[in-house]
Amino acid sequence: MTKDEIFSKVQAIIVDQTGEDAEKVTLTTNIKQDLDADSLDIFEVINEIEDEFDIKIETEDGIETVADLVGFVEKQLAKEQG
Amino acid sequence: MTSIRIVQSAHEVPEKIIQNDDLTAYMDTSDEWIRTRTGILQRHVSTGQTTADLSTSVAKKILAQSDWQAEDLDFIIVATMSPDYMTPATAAIVQSRIGAKNAFAFDLNAACSGFIYGLRVAGDLLHGNCRKGLLIGSEVLSKLVDWHERSTAVLFGDGAGGVLLEHAPDSDSEFIASDLKTIGELGDRLTAGYQPVNSPFTNDPADPHKRYFEMDGRAVYKFATHDVPDSIERALKQARLLVNDVDYFVLHQANQRIINQIAKRLGQPTDKFLSNVANYGNTSAASVPMLLDEAIQAGTIKRGQTIALSGFGGGLTVGTQIIKF
Repeated sequence: MTKDEIFSKVQAIIVDQTGEDAEKVTLTTNIKQDLDADSLDIFEVINEIEDEFDIKIETEDGIETVADLVGFVEKQLAKEQG
Repeated sequence: MTSIRIVQSAHEVPEKIIQNDDLTAYMDTSDEWIRTRTGILQRHVSTGQTTADLSTSVAKKILAQSDWQAEDLDFIIVATMSPDYMTPATAAIVQSRIGAKNAFAFDLNAACSGFIYGLRVAGDLLHGNCRKGLLIGSEVLSKLVDWHERSTAVLFGDGAGGVLLEHAPDSDSEFIASDLKTIGELGDRLTAGYQPVNSPFTNDPADPHKRYFEMDGRAVYKFATHDVPDSIERALKQARLLVNDVDYFVLHQANQRIINQIAKRLGQPTDKFLSNVANYGNTSAASVPMLLDEAIQAGTIKRGQTIALSGFGGGLTVGTQIIKF
């Protein structure tokens, strides 16, 4: 899966959970600050990402921007293939 | 299958109401924070009433509404994680106070799933040689809450609810299917009421704070939003029903956001998911029978409807009972 493909899936999940417009959700978007997402929104976004990509995200520490999330997913997927 | 009928229901809560704003006196929180994350507006809190007191009150109300006498009862089960004593069981105290001398009585602890586990046990007893029984979910969780810990204290409340059940071969009411699951390996994600081993022979080094609720919020959220829909689907499959056949879902009232998410995962409209978490908070084993009773009294739940009741919580435990009311 390419980084763009991962991004568009992650973007769709965030849009669905937070109700934001897709244009507002870019790689540099800070999930908590820019999207007015609270802790339960984050739980849910991580939930959906885990289900969508069949990976485990043990901690949300260090995940602040959409790019952090995409990078994390990319790393996890690579680990599982490798 | 032998029919089982919920004959009567009742609930009871302590009079004292604590609003979200009242909590700001004890901890750094706000009405807005609590409301948006949980849907809770207020909770009832005991000013001295015990779990047995609330249970007895429910039992008396139920008997007063029915044609039955206390002596007619074959069993009394109280589902609770906050009993007055380790012994006697809360159910035994109720048995004595209402004079149900022919009933055997015991407590059942499956935390917030307690009432659902109790429905399975009561159903099996009524499929056997018992004819009438009382099942009550009752909690005084305020004694297990650290009232300065904002991550948990805002969530819980006290209350009790119960049902009178009967073996009713001529009735259309039925216990259609039951699904129970326990994930003990995740037990440490939600704990309360640790009993220290203190005796002349030992000195338990455990943190005295283990007496109070401790919760890994994200783990519990993930569990609830995955395992509850899965349990409902397993129970429906067993019942040979589709999710659209369910008239109402009566879920454990932990958090409105969790209920909404479960509805979404099941592809069902949220108005099929009854709710009163705004008024009572999370009352563990009492939440399902309190909500069920309110819906029956309001005429929302009617005879002949298919109802899915689900609990989830400490253990971790999850369960679903499908009934034809």
